[in-house]
Amino acid sequence: MADLQSRISALCEQAQIDNSGEFLLVTVDDAHWHEFARKLKEQLHFDYLTALVGVDWKDSLGVVYYLTNSDTHEIIHIKVATTNRDCPMLHSVSDIWAVANFQEREVFDFYGIIFINHPDMRRFFLRNDWVGHPLRKDYDDNPELNPVRLEDEVNEDDSCRWEEDPETGKVTKVDTKVFEDDEYVINVGPQHPSTHGVMRYRVSLDGEIVKKVDVVSGYIHRGIEKMCESLMYPQTLLYTERMDYMAAHINRHCLCMCIEKALGIEVPRRAELIRLMMDELMRISSHLLSYGCLTMDQGATTAFFYGFRERELIYDIFDRTCGARMSMSYATIGGVVADVHPDFIKDVRNACDVIEKNLKEYHQLFTGNVIARNRMIGVGLLSREQALDYAITGPSGRASGVNCDVRKTNPYSLYEEFDFEEVTRTEGDSMARYLVRMDEIVQSIKILRQACEKLEAIEGNEFCAKVPKMIKLPAGHWYQQVEASRGAFGVYLESDGDPKPFQKPYRMHFQSPCFNLIGIVDLTCRDNMIADLITITASIDFVIPDIDR
Amino acid sequence: MFDLSTVTNWTHEQLLSVMPQWLTTTVECILVALFLLLAYSVLAMIYIMYERWVCGWIQCRRGPIRVGPWGSLQIFADVFKILSKEIITLWHTDRFLFFLAPFLVVIASVMTFACLPWGKGFQIIDFNVGAFFIIAVSSVGVLGILLAGWSSNSKYTLIGAMRSGAQMISYELSVGLSMLTMVCLAGTMSITGIVEAQQDGWLLFRGHLPALIAFIIYIIAANAENNRGPFDLPEAEHELTAGYHTEYSGIHYGLFYLAEYLNLFIVSGIAALLFLGGWMPLHIPGWDGFNTVMDYIPSTLWFLGKTFFMTFIFIWIRWSFPRVRIDQMLALEWRYLMPIGLVNLVVMALMVTKDWVF
Repeated sequence: MADLQSRISALCEQAQIDNSGEFLLVTVDDAHWHEFARKLKEQLHFDYLTALVGVDWKDSLGVVYYLTNSDTHEIIHIKVATTNRDCPMLHSVSDIWAVANFQEREVFDFYGIIFINHPDMRRFFLRNDWVGHPLRKDYDDNPELNPVRLEDEVNEDDSCRWEEDPETGKVTKVDTKVFEDDEYVINVGPQHPSTHGVMRYRVSLDGEIVKKVDVVSGYIHRGIEKMCESLMYPQTLLYTERMDYMAAHINRHCLCMCIEKALGIEVPRRAELIRLMMDELMRISSHLLSYGCLTMDQGATTAFFYGFRERELIYDIFDRTCGARMSMSYATIGGVVADVHPDFIKDVRNACDVIEKNLKEYHQLFTGNVIARNRMIGVGLLSREQALDYAITGPSGRASGVNCDVRKTNPYSLYEEFDFEEVTRTEGDSMARYLVRMDEIVQSIKILRQACEKLEAIEGNEFCAKVPKMIKLPAGHWYQQVEASRGAFGVYLESDGDPKPFQKPYRMHFQSPCFNLIGIVDLTCRDNMIADLITITASIDFVIPDIDR
Repeated sequence: MFDLSTVTNWTHEQLLSVMPQWLTTTVECILVALFLLLAYSVLAMIYIMYERWVCGWIQCRRGPIRVGPWGSLQIFADVFKILSKEIITLWHTDRFLFFLAPFLVVIASVMTFACLPWGKGFQIIDFNVGAFFIIAVSSVGVLGILLAGWSSNSKYTLIGAMRSGAQMISYELSVGLSMLTMVCLAGTMSITGIVEAQQDGWLLFRGHLPALIAFIIYIIAANAENNRGPFDLPEAEHELTAGYHTEYSGIHYGLFYLAEYLNLFIVSGIAALLFLGGWMPLHIPGWDGFNTVMDYIPSTLWFLGKTFFMTFIFIWIRWSFPRVRIDQMLALEWRYLMPIGLVNLVVMALMVTKDWVF
């Protein structure tokens, strides 16, 4: 770390480095930030922008950037802030890390920070006529300011760019258009069978060829991050399951680990093992659903039912142990809420056997089908560089050859004890993304079988650590990542160390994998046909509530 | 084998004995039309249930089971629902064309339906260019679909209609070519003639390899012609929500739906007629006892049995395959099916002239 520290100081003299936290913290002022960011990527190989979190520190507004080196998997974070609250401006890094494009739009939406030289400075989730920026601490939530608007949004084609003159440093606003007037634009969504939720793409077509896709998000945005700021820590847990509901256990596990890390709680081994098994069951269930949706979006309805048939087994396991099939609310701070059902291990083993056997059927029905192969091979290509640039993780990233499995790169929970492989492919097309998922099911089964043995070997039934009734975190911030079904899910948690009894998080940000995934819709679908748009988005496989947190 | 024309002839004479010639013809026309429409709608209902049950069975589900025994009343509930739904009229559409479109589709389908030979002497239209007539009237349907897509004034329906136009006109060729191949083998265009020609063996067996090729091409092309999976691009649900009939509601939508299922019956019926002997029982030359037993099964049952069997194959294909993409679909037709079909027709003609068929 000391070496890294000296190399970072060599890049930028003005950077203040603090190595007291879990990751190296670099504070830099906005004037030097863009140059510094470029050097970090080019010279120190921090090419993966893991998270971009806007924070309002009351006296200043700013952004925390988490950067990962894709070779060594080292993480650092950089704090850039501005004290101008009336017209906060920071330099955009979307030209360095493409993923920052949408992320900065989200920060602009919630904090009103304008990113200089950002190509498309529109709001991301909220309507253009929304008054105020809701995550700012001085936000006025008077409902009269933002009534429920029943009319259409005006001028949704208008966008703008804030350009800085390189010589004088003067920033001017340049108006731009999303689509030209003579383009043939169709709306795919918000009500559409293949967007898997309330998502909307505005697609410019030339015949059947897609020329440009504009993602319009926010139809089911619930403001989870804002709500979390008014809840106590145990209450915030339930929202994690309502983001990516196909990774409910995993997301919840992540937030629990983040809070446990802040509190310094040691989780009993048995509880950790149960959580891990639930995570893997969740992953299988998610990949089965993804198989079903991908096949159905290509019109193979029967394959869809096959995927759902096996998912049922997993849901029965959840039902018996957690008492619910969706939104299980099972993990909790310090462990899990109750011990597993007596038949748990038997059920898991049975599910593993059945799924393993039926995977062959899936391949027979769909993978080898000539139409399916023609529809998916070579379609929706995403190179390794692009995947890193857009911070694509999970099966979609691994299909492009990025080693991004958090279970391997930054092991958490008990994953280091398990023998499994990180499934990667190099083709980067829809077929590769699909096959990575299918192979990951096999790996998850492998993990589950080992976990069954380990769980049997544990004596006693301690499923939760002793946790204080009132959870109070010291001042500070923490970041925890897990490998969710669709990629790296991260929780940024900041506490102001408020001594009052009902402490609430100062800032809680969820870095959801699907948010990054929609960033590549335009990239991968361009110049493909409209039918490919559906297959590509299905193979990228995102869950809309995870985007619209 | 019982000839149903004795019944129809008897009815004709009875009517003639009580009324003049012109009235007889009028009454007969009305009776035939009634029968046709009744059979049309009843068959559509049976077919919808048939598809739902088979598809449920393929997909490890139970299908409709709640309404009536084995869910058999489900379809009546569905029909009632669709009849009672509001017909939504849209702004900025061409009203006349918009309402005309579903009827064009149904008319084309009813006219083709009328050509099918239901049994021995049990046929509505039978003239010497029957096969030709089928090819001609079945093409009218695409006009309705194009009109529906165009007049709805919606981008989705327009894309659906364009796809449909490209697809149906392309695959019409293959359907026509494979039908002509079989006409060539049968030596007649008359539908009764084609059936009679299969007295000693169905054309599929008599024409061996070229007939088999024509059969496969017919199955593929008929699926496409019918807008059924894997060629359901004009209404590709996952891309275009419902394609050309997105904007239709109530009974107008119902008419499209009705025509779709009846077209399934029609293409199956034509396959049965051209390849599997129509209403002709299974005859194996030399096995006289077997042939006599087969003759006892009524001809209408033979026809329906074969048609339902062909439908089963179509349903099976639909629920097993993913959907092709528009460029792949057109490439399949123009690069493979049509050239193969053309060569196949020439080969068949050669074989018939050289008498290399059974």
